[in-house]
Amino acid sequence: MKLTETLTDLANPTRFLALTARILPWLAGVTAILLAIGLYQSAMAPDDYQQGATVKIMFIHVPNAWLAMFVWGVMSVAALGTLVWRHPLADVAAKAAAPIGAAFTFLALVTGSLWGRPMWGTYWEWDARLTSVLILFLMYLGLMALWRAVEDPSRAARAAAVLTLVGAINIPIIKFSVDWWNTLHQPASVIRMGGSTLDKAFLWPLLVMAIAFSLLFVTLHLAAMRNEILRRRVRNLQMMQASQRAA
Amino acid sequence: MSALAALIRRDIRIALRVGGGALIGVLFFLTVTVLMPFAVGPDLALLSRLGPAILWLGALLASLLTLDRLFTADHEDGSLDLIVMSRTPLELACAAKALAHWLAAGLPLIIATPVLGLLLNLDGTATLAVAATLLAGTPALTFTGMIGAALAVTLHRGGLLLAVLVLPLSIPVLIFGVAASQAAISGPLPFGTPFSILCALSLASLVIGPFAAAASLRHGLD
Repeated sequence: MKLTETLTDLANPTRFLALTARILPWLAGVTAILLAIGLYQSAMAPDDYQQGATVKIMFIHVPNAWLAMFVWGVMSVAALGTLVWRHPLADVAAKAAAPIGAAFTFLALVTGSLWGRPMWGTYWEWDARLTSVLILFLMYLGLMALWRAVEDPSRAARAAAVLTLVGAINIPIIKFSVDWWNTLHQPASVIRMGGSTLDKAFLWPLLVMAIAFSLLFVTLHLAAMRNEILRRRVRNLQMMQASQRAA
Repeated sequence: MSALAALIRRDIRIALRVGGGALIGVLFFLTVTVLMPFAVGPDLALLSRLGPAILWLGALLASLLTLDRLFTADHEDGSLDLIVMSRTPLELACAAKALAHWLAAGLPLIIATPVLGLLLNLDGTATLAVAATLLAGTPALTFTGMIGAALAVTLHRGGLLLAVLVLPLSIPVLIFGVAASQAAISGPLPFGTPFSILCALSLASLVIGPFAAAASLRHGLD
């Protein structure tokens, strides 16, 4: 019950603005400290015996790729909030998250490609995982195009919510079909990162970076939501002014 | 039930008559297929190897092109509002409209496939395989595309936005459609595996598509 009460409390944009104004500086500070620690640890981590110094790209690449998917999850929850509970901030949350998610996806693609050049000898490989992340990127861009195509925010919000949920069903299907497609044409050339066999010297910086990037997302997301609320207020004021002048 | 049958009959009749434009899709399919040899060269061996992929891409683009008409005309003359307000569940009405659209715009593509297969130097088995996979796969294209069409009509934006939203969703259908055709032609995988996944995708989109389209129509129209 506590959670729903908090969510209802936050439905008031003014209360949300006041609360986030107090939280944001602390959040930004913790994020900066954790990022600094993570980057220092990554720089100090030993070179891999096979990959050399390029293994350090992974400390940035993996958190980005993780957040690329996590942000779509956040947007799906927000989409449910828009369609089912009509939470007034849900659509602000979804709209603010999309460009951040697209940026994380783009960075995951770029860092992966920079790592792939020395390791695989090519910037791009039509590998299953790369392809499905690229499609995720395209879907983020499509969603952003949908928001930009419509002037009325509430109308755009409901359309985008439907599309986000359809995407949430479709992304696993795409992922699985692309996996299948890849194995059909070229047998696994995927170089696997150790996973559970990851050495502690690599695991700790990676964990710190993952937490730091998640906090970075929360910080950016809250800030973007504040901007969006303010932007809508400005829009409403402008509309009021224009209708007064017309009357 | 009779309301749905009447809706299907009406939609097919509108699509096939003057101004309906369902058959333009077939013409587009033919033109895209004819363009391909100009791009890759008239090498018959290469064309027969690329044939299934070319036909699938052509069918995908052609069905995308006609999707715009699924709700737009009804929205313009007001009959979409009547459908939304009628006692027939909107989900069923959406499914009926999509079925009618597939019968009028999707089925002709499959009927045209053997002729286009000749142009691409496909033999009998290959043509049959492509036609069978199109028969199983194009319903998925129509029913997922319907979601995009419903979004586009509520936003008064069609065309490019619709294409950008729908194309990423159709990737699995394309993958399994081409994979099944290739499996039937050259192996080594059995035809049945990708083909049954293709059927599964169609059936799943049959369920998801009407609900998502109805939701966006209900929330979006005012």
